[in-house]
Amino acid sequence: MTKKDFILAGVGGQGTILASNILAEVGLQLGHDVKKAEVHGMAQRGGQVDSHVRWGEHVFSPLGEENNFDYLVGFEMLEAARFPHFMRKGAAAVVNDYRINPPLVNLGKAQYPSKEEIETLLLQRAEKVYWINATAIANDLGNPAMAGVVLLGKLSSLVEGEQEDWLAVIERMVPPRFVDLNKKAFIAGRDA
Amino acid sequence: MKKLMTGNEAFAYGAYLSGVRVGAAYPGTPSSEILDNYSRYPGVFAEWSPNEKVALDVAIGAAYAGTRSMAVMKHVGLNVAADSFFYAVYTGVKGGLVIVCADDPDMHSSQNEQDNRNYAKFAKCPMLEPSDSEEAKQFVGIALEMSEQFETPVLVRSVTRLSHSASPVEVTDAAPPPAPEELPLYERDAQRYVMVPSNARRRHPIVEERLKKLAEYAETMPINVIEPGDESLGIVSAGVSYHYAKEVFPNATFLKLGMVYPLPEKLIHEFASKVKTVVVVEELDPFLEEHLRLMGVEVRGKDVFPMLGEFSPSLVRRCAVEAGLITAPEAPPEIKTDLERPVRPPMLCPGCSHRFIFHVLKEAGALVLGDIGCYTLGWAPPLSAMHTTGCMGASIGVAHGIDKAGVKDDIVAFLGDSTFLHSGIHPLIDTLYNKSAVTTIISDNNATAMTGFQEHPGTGKTLQSQETNQVDPVKLALGLGFEKVDSCDPYDIDKMAEILEDHLKSGLPSVIVARHPCVLNAKEKHTPPVVDPEICINCGICLDIGCSPLVQEEDNVRIDALLCNGCGLCVKVCPQEAIVPQ
Repeated sequence: MTKKDFILAGVGGQGTILASNILAEVGLQLGHDVKKAEVHGMAQRGGQVDSHVRWGEHVFSPLGEENNFDYLVGFEMLEAARFPHFMRKGAAAVVNDYRINPPLVNLGKAQYPSKEEIETLLLQRAEKVYWINATAIANDLGNPAMAGVVLLGKLSSLVEGEQEDWLAVIERMVPPRFVDLNKKAFIAGRDA
Repeated sequence: MKKLMTGNEAFAYGAYLSGVRVGAAYPGTPSSEILDNYSRYPGVFAEWSPNEKVALDVAIGAAYAGTRSMAVMKHVGLNVAADSFFYAVYTGVKGGLVIVCADDPDMHSSQNEQDNRNYAKFAKCPMLEPSDSEEAKQFVGIALEMSEQFETPVLVRSVTRLSHSASPVEVTDAAPPPAPEELPLYERDAQRYVMVPSNARRRHPIVEERLKKLAEYAETMPINVIEPGDESLGIVSAGVSYHYAKEVFPNATFLKLGMVYPLPEKLIHEFASKVKTVVVVEELDPFLEEHLRLMGVEVRGKDVFPMLGEFSPSLVRRCAVEAGLITAPEAPPEIKTDLERPVRPPMLCPGCSHRFIFHVLKEAGALVLGDIGCYTLGWAPPLSAMHTTGCMGASIGVAHGIDKAGVKDDIVAFLGDSTFLHSGIHPLIDTLYNKSAVTTIISDNNATAMTGFQEHPGTGKTLQSQETNQVDPVKLALGLGFEKVDSCDPYDIDKMAEILEDHLKSGLPSVIVARHPCVLNAKEKHTPPVVDPEICINCGICLDIGCSPLVQEEDNVRIDALLCNGCGLCVKVCPQEAIVPQ
């Protein structure tokens, strides 16, 4: 079994923590040893949130290493752009085509990088950048907070595990009344 | 069966499995979820105490009564509880008492990065340090058994990276030991439990003797273990750093310490005699390193690894390469870029009532002495409305001192409801007793919002969701004897400004309770207003309230309706009336 390291980067309130919980649980169901790390606390208040999820035969550290991540999942474009150096050469980046301005940009004191600039940066390491309109898709389904599940859907098409394996975990980890919507969001992402 | 659990979930599960019946805590990142999880197990009593000292006294009391108990706090919480911690080591306990204490290297959500292993040595109390969730579960049980065997409280140390990371935990069907059928009988033994000097002098030698016995016991504990490997390099480590070191030195010989105080000196000497070079991998202070040096062991540690911040496998590897302990791994070419990536600091949420108060305070030009909570974010630009923050409850005393120094600014102490009940009452009494012209604003959002909306003595609900007595800060201030006490809803900024002006002019110690529920907790949301681009002159005044949905574009300001909470503060501050409620 080869190891797989995932880094999920987003903004507080975007659902990165639920997505990383689902991803970790899927790894466990697929027979991997799994560890996961994230920062909460002040990050809930609109700051950066990043999680590491690691699948492998035996995982020691909950934090992965720079130059070694196999997948970067960006919940927001600028957040993805902070972590190119975490990817190994030939990694894959799945990035939400969605922008949340940091305060300095809102105040007109800093520039938000363009999508093309971000893609060029990520391609220094990534084999390919998969852009997904995850927030738009989730919003159309009724709740923009499901963007993370849409992104997981796309990610699932790049790693092992059948669609059913992922849906079964989602069913267990999402509150009952949101299960159907989240499954739809996942499939929409997987097919995107 | 294996289940993924965070360190905090595993601490709670371990406490439940080991028969802890009384748990008390004050929430604090990264420890908050421990008691929250514990409280949901059947047959346990769990409480949010007003502060960590109270929590520890509660746990000590239960342990005196022979009941297994647990107190939980973040690292700086033990500063608050330190007085109780020290006496409990002297009196010792009857039922097992475990204190789970979570350090925050790198200060993800704290005011300092103190290393609480020093408290173990300082108070002469044993300390265990689990490295992952499975150990978090097990070590609580080991700590309780040690606690009862040696009649001492036992510290269990966590760090952010353990508390908030997840790894598989073996889940059993085994039930915890059944509750005793008879109610506990308190055995009165005043000589032991009354720490007057004559009794305390009799207890101190017992503490020293106990520590020696614990050091001998450490030699036999399976959680202190030598893992054989390549003998040219010997790594000493504990806690989550052990796993970073395993990634970086997979073939080395390891001494993994499950108990970090007192240390197994014979085992350490045995280990040191086996290996050529001894390297200690530990975050923060050179706690193990200094002990090994005093034992005469030649050791590398802080000459290789930093004393500041949090470790990671990347950092441990980089330092080890620089020190010549390992060769550099093959790496892809470095990223080349000069792309600007603006930082994203945490901000007050859209709709947050604290923002309304900061707006009023800023307009008034007050000197604002702040405290610990979400509202600490009010210090940062563009709000820039808070001028000190030190620790829980410091705001009022600092404000009082500034007044006594003779500063003639309008002086306001600003703190939240939970922080006020934690440690704001005594300094508030000081402003009354020693008379200062300090206006204390309690921004009451009916929750301990920062750490995840926990209940507190002012919310009317307990941790275990029972309706209960509710402490009202207005009645409390009136009862203390304050002449000037007002309450208001800060969403009404005109009323709030009027009250503030009246209080500041009075020159009296006074209290304003500004009440509006946390909008995240209460799920309060209104229709977002819209900027009329024809009227907006793009002056940017609305941007000074620091609300993330307000975006400055080329010709006008726009409101991101997905992020907006519809609170209407921007509507009130716009001088052109260009922001229109919907």
